[in-house]
Amino acid sequence: MPVRVAVLAGGLSLERDVSLRSGHRVAEALEDRGHSVTRLDLDDQLVPGLVNGDYDAVYLALHGKAGEDGTIQGLLELIGLPYTGPDAVASGLAWDKVVAKGMFRRGGVLTPDWVALSIDAIRDMGAVRALDRVVDRLGTPVVVKPAHGGAALGVHLVPDAGDLPAALVAAYSYDDVVLIERFVEGMEVAVSIVGGEILPVVEIAPKTGPYDFAARYTHGATQFHAPARLPQDTLAACATAGETAWRLAGCRHVTRADMIVDASGRPWLLELDTCPGMTETSLLPMAAAACGWSFPDLCERILQDALASADLPAGTAAAP
Amino acid sequence: MTEINLDRYVARYASRTHGMNTSEIRALFAVANRPEVVSLAGGMPYTAALDFDALATVTQEVIRDSGPAAMQYGEGQGLPSLRQQLTEVMAAEGVRAHADDLVVTTGGQQALDLVAKLFCDPGDIVLAEGPSYVGALGAFASYQASVVHVAMDDEGMDPAALQAAVQRLAATGRSAKFLYTIPNHQNPAGSSMSLERREQVVAIAESHDLLIVEDNPYGLLDFKGELRPALRSLAPERVIYVGTLSKVLSPGLRIGWVTAAEPVRHKLVLLKEAADLCQSNLTQHVAERWFATQPWLRQIETFRDVYRRRCNALLDELAVSFPAGCSWTTPTGGLFVWVRLPDGVDARQLLPKALSARVAYVPGAGFYADGSGAAELRLSFCFPPADRIREGVRRLAEVLHAEIQLLDAIYGRRP
Repeated sequence: MPVRVAVLAGGLSLERDVSLRSGHRVAEALEDRGHSVTRLDLDDQLVPGLVNGDYDAVYLALHGKAGEDGTIQGLLELIGLPYTGPDAVASGLAWDKVVAKGMFRRGGVLTPDWVALSIDAIRDMGAVRALDRVVDRLGTPVVVKPAHGGAALGVHLVPDAGDLPAALVAAYSYDDVVLIERFVEGMEVAVSIVGGEILPVVEIAPKTGPYDFAARYTHGATQFHAPARLPQDTLAACATAGETAWRLAGCRHVTRADMIVDASGRPWLLELDTCPGMTETSLLPMAAAACGWSFPDLCERILQDALASADLPAGTAAAP
Repeated sequence: MTEINLDRYVARYASRTHGMNTSEIRALFAVANRPEVVSLAGGMPYTAALDFDALATVTQEVIRDSGPAAMQYGEGQGLPSLRQQLTEVMAAEGVRAHADDLVVTTGGQQALDLVAKLFCDPGDIVLAEGPSYVGALGAFASYQASVVHVAMDDEGMDPAALQAAVQRLAATGRSAKFLYTIPNHQNPAGSSMSLERREQVVAIAESHDLLIVEDNPYGLLDFKGELRPALRSLAPERVIYVGTLSKVLSPGLRIGWVTAAEPVRHKLVLLKEAADLCQSNLTQHVAERWFATQPWLRQIETFRDVYRRRCNALLDELAVSFPAGCSWTTPTGGLFVWVRLPDGVDARQLLPKALSARVAYVPGAGFYADGSGAAELRLSFCFPPADRIREGVRRLAEVLHAEIQLLDAIYGRRP
């Protein structure tokens, strides 16, 4: 049945460009399905627009701060509008990579060892003198990344201890907290979960260099396989890791888990993305296609999940 | 088969396109267009200062009086009556040309593209100021030319550096296809070449048989109305002159032109026709009538006054707010100020932090083809009003202070 949907995309986050692309595709897909779609950006007219807009649901195609950190989710719960994706609490947990990794580890999900360093610790507490301890503990290479945010922005592979300070400076441009993570060599994979259903594992193989911004958003720069070319038991281990993380964070509707499978077939969970990219080069639509779902099918399922959970109290997560 | 093919054409692309990837910096700029952000980034002329009543009248007259012609294909070289008007625009700067010497192009940018297409084979060398206009670097790169930069200072291109660059090339048995230069209020550096330097540059070009491509979008935007002699005036046969209406009227019209010696011009007309047959006849007619019937020099004076006030606001606030160790050019016209940051501060790396603080600029590295310019950036003062410019500079200054503090803490430059 056609419904009135507001698709939220854009915002002031550094991932605005990707979000606009995701939102544009989602809006077109939902229009193709006969829904009445309104495209909204994040600005000072948003809340009045949502309150007075007479919408049945809100589709979140937002990436980055304010869109994925629980801010917009909390607002929508306050307004009482059903929306797609995990609730404010789950979004907040997954958004903070430091908190999320702690949660994964406590829940028995493998995640590469890490150290979090805030800019305050560096600037005001002399934490730079502890960098050798970081290297002692994690070894090299390490991956340096902002503790919040996606699209591989500000992420650097650091081969030697000597390169660590420069990578920290680069990552602090994106965030005041930086995560230094042990580098796990292996195959990058993504496990997408939609409405509790675990989709085929997608294998990511950039043609050159790391899976950085250019490799993510340039058509043809990266080779993908779905399902990943891995043994069945490894694929199952990936699915289990994704499912456990989903449960630990209390996700619902849709989430993507990014991990690396090491040489012995163990998946190491890196992060959860509660508002996965929906662009032409994004991983979730690829996983859906491997299930035989078209892009509009995928959007429709997520929307229907949101409508179905409209009557559930906030904080009620569906287990996969 | 599990493979997902996102670009089935990838094996078919020409090799010259292989470096064309989605760029992180370009994506970040999506935020810069939001009203919350003070954009000191783009060089967008302040078109709100145009006389729109007059433009409406002119456009209406074109449609009413010359409708069938304006809606028709035109000559590959451009509308003759417009070319005549464009010689008047050049004359306002003391550059003499005949209407027949001009080829009308889609902005100055297409002129640069056609010139590069005409002269550059893969691997050819083009000399250009360092830093230089990013659109020109892009045009040269698309024909796989290599740019060798010539250093500049507050007086524009350094003739000694030009001489050295030409000799270095000669020592390896090579020569540059041409020297690309913006002598007036250069983009991005904001500086202008003195008369003495112009003469020296032309003399070096003469002695080494070097062709010059002179790009002059900003010559009429001198804050005091001062005019500097064009290189074209000093050496007409040696200089290909590129002009544009984008800064003196409107970039929306997409009208530029190129003036060159007859054999070169003949080839440029053929290339123009191969590229897009002809310039939009409608916008050519509108521009022609604008110059024929409107006080166009007064419009340029209006632009000049706006930009002078905004430039002063920018320079005043830079002096008040920016951290020690930063330096910048003091433009006498044009749209841009070039800033040098303390060593170790990387302007490209800092951009996300600046955007989060809701101010945008263009990192310097994009204006070099050789990877230099990390500690440099371009600020433009043409679009936001003066109070927003001051606010933007204050925001950027805060970001810079914090970054310098961070670098001091990380690299231990503070006790």
